[in-house]
Amino acid sequence: MSSRAIWTGQLKLGTASIPVKLYAAVQDQDIHFHILDAKTKTRIKQHMVNPNTGEEVAGKEIQKAYEVEKGKFVVLESEELANLEPKASRDIETLRFVAPDEISPVWYERPYYLGPDRDSEQYFALAAALRNENKEGIARWVMRKKPYVGALIVSGDYLMLIALRHAEEVLAPSDLPAPAKASLSQKELKMAEQLVSALEGEFKPEEFRDDYRDRVLSFIKSKARGKKPRLAAARQKKGTTSLADDLTRSLAMLKKEKRVA
Amino acid sequence: MPKRTTRSRRSRINAEEEELAVRPFWSGTISFGLVSVPVDLFPATRKARSSLRMLGPDGVPLSRRYYSPDTNKDLEPEETVRGYEVQKDKFVAVTDEELERLEPDKARDIDVRQFVKAEEISPAYSEHAYYLAPGRGSIKAYQLLAEIMQREGRAGIATFVMRGKEYLVAIFAEHGILEAITMRFSDELRSPKDIGLPKPKAPGKSSVQRLEKIIQRKSSRELSREELVDKQTEALLGLIEKKRTQRKDIVETEAPKGHPEKVVDLMEVLKRSLARQSATKRRAA
Repeated sequence: MSSRAIWTGQLKLGTASIPVKLYAAVQDQDIHFHILDAKTKTRIKQHMVNPNTGEEVAGKEIQKAYEVEKGKFVVLESEELANLEPKASRDIETLRFVAPDEISPVWYERPYYLGPDRDSEQYFALAAALRNENKEGIARWVMRKKPYVGALIVSGDYLMLIALRHAEEVLAPSDLPAPAKASLSQKELKMAEQLVSALEGEFKPEEFRDDYRDRVLSFIKSKARGKKPRLAAARQKKGTTSLADDLTRSLAMLKKEKRVA
Repeated sequence: MPKRTTRSRRSRINAEEEELAVRPFWSGTISFGLVSVPVDLFPATRKARSSLRMLGPDGVPLSRRYYSPDTNKDLEPEETVRGYEVQKDKFVAVTDEELERLEPDKARDIDVRQFVKAEEISPAYSEHAYYLAPGRGSIKAYQLLAEIMQREGRAGIATFVMRGKEYLVAIFAEHGILEAITMRFSDELRSPKDIGLPKPKAPGKSSVQRLEKIIQRKSSRELSREELVDKQTEALLGLIEKKRTQRKDIVETEAPKGHPEKVVDLMEVLKRSLARQSATKRRAA
């Protein structure tokens, strides 16, 4: 089943302009609950009330405001808020390209696919060019009346836009004081390196499942039949006391496992 | 650097609690092989500070309340229950206790079973970002792990349980600091095939070369933070500040009684936590 594009426009980079469609890459699999009245088990609603009188305030009477200090608000008119909305645009503007490791993983927020619109030649050419150059683009666009910044990346043969968090929402690793350099011995480094390479593998995301989600869903089914879930046991682990010992023992254990296999 | 004197354990813990005020999101251990590294987890992100409140016509800050459309009565949170719709208008009620009992094994453990090339992990999986600060006494093992991962360009893959939910997580090391990025499960991401994107077509050489040239011309070594600023929020905060200094459209209400809400900046807490570890280390060295 194919998905509908949520946005169409032009991907602009330098003198090039590539017609694209944007699709959500995330498909929500969360279990959604409704809030019910505990007594009647029927759906309930929400409204805004004056907490002093308990009286409901209708939507058109509500004013939006920003709390500048405790109990002090600046009221914002809806025209003022509308004026702040970014100008509607059908362009994804590419600002620059950087090496992929220049963007810390803490910035990435939400992925979208870009697909070609009509002509696919330029689209697949850009995917190839990005792969050859090993770069990610920094792009800006306006969607749903909001400004977005994203990383333009190539994934397989396709282009993706990963929305990035805004600067004021992120503490970047470069903002943090690095922990002081430890005096690690060559032996420890060597052993840790061996341990890490012994555990080396290929990332296979499909090997992981959200078991909790599965459990909740099967619980709901069984609850409809009147059954009860089982309790899980707790366990806790201690920290390493001797780094060298634990490294040596881990390596020995892995070696043994390999021989058995 | 402020000089720190050795204190008794109890007073140190007290001082720390005061200093931290908010506990880390999660505390546990990262383990790889038989090595266990105690860590504290802190969010790397915060909500942009521009959320608006709703006021009544008389300027009273409003509260959001639940009510039953059948009886028209307001309901307290304890008078409500979660319900899963099994068929139209038919719900199975699920209580907090029941969900708690379904929670995975409470192991406080990020067990790294696998190290992969960091660049193999598509950013499409990234969901939430956290920093891992070294827990008490773990600075050496922490730095060993960070050093090796960074040097080898590796990321650790693990699953762990936090606040009653199981997460798939990638551990990265940058600037000597470990990060935990929770990831979407693969069934939460669509594939190009799911979306119905057309089959790839080999592009013409000249088209590719032309775009490569543009990429080279527009390349730079670093990310510009300025480009990542939310201009809309900036403009909104600017407007608010202007109206405030002009004393325009200001509403003042009596502050609700009780203790003033203590706003703790988790970022500051994390910075201090890392700085403290470094200080301890330098002293020990």
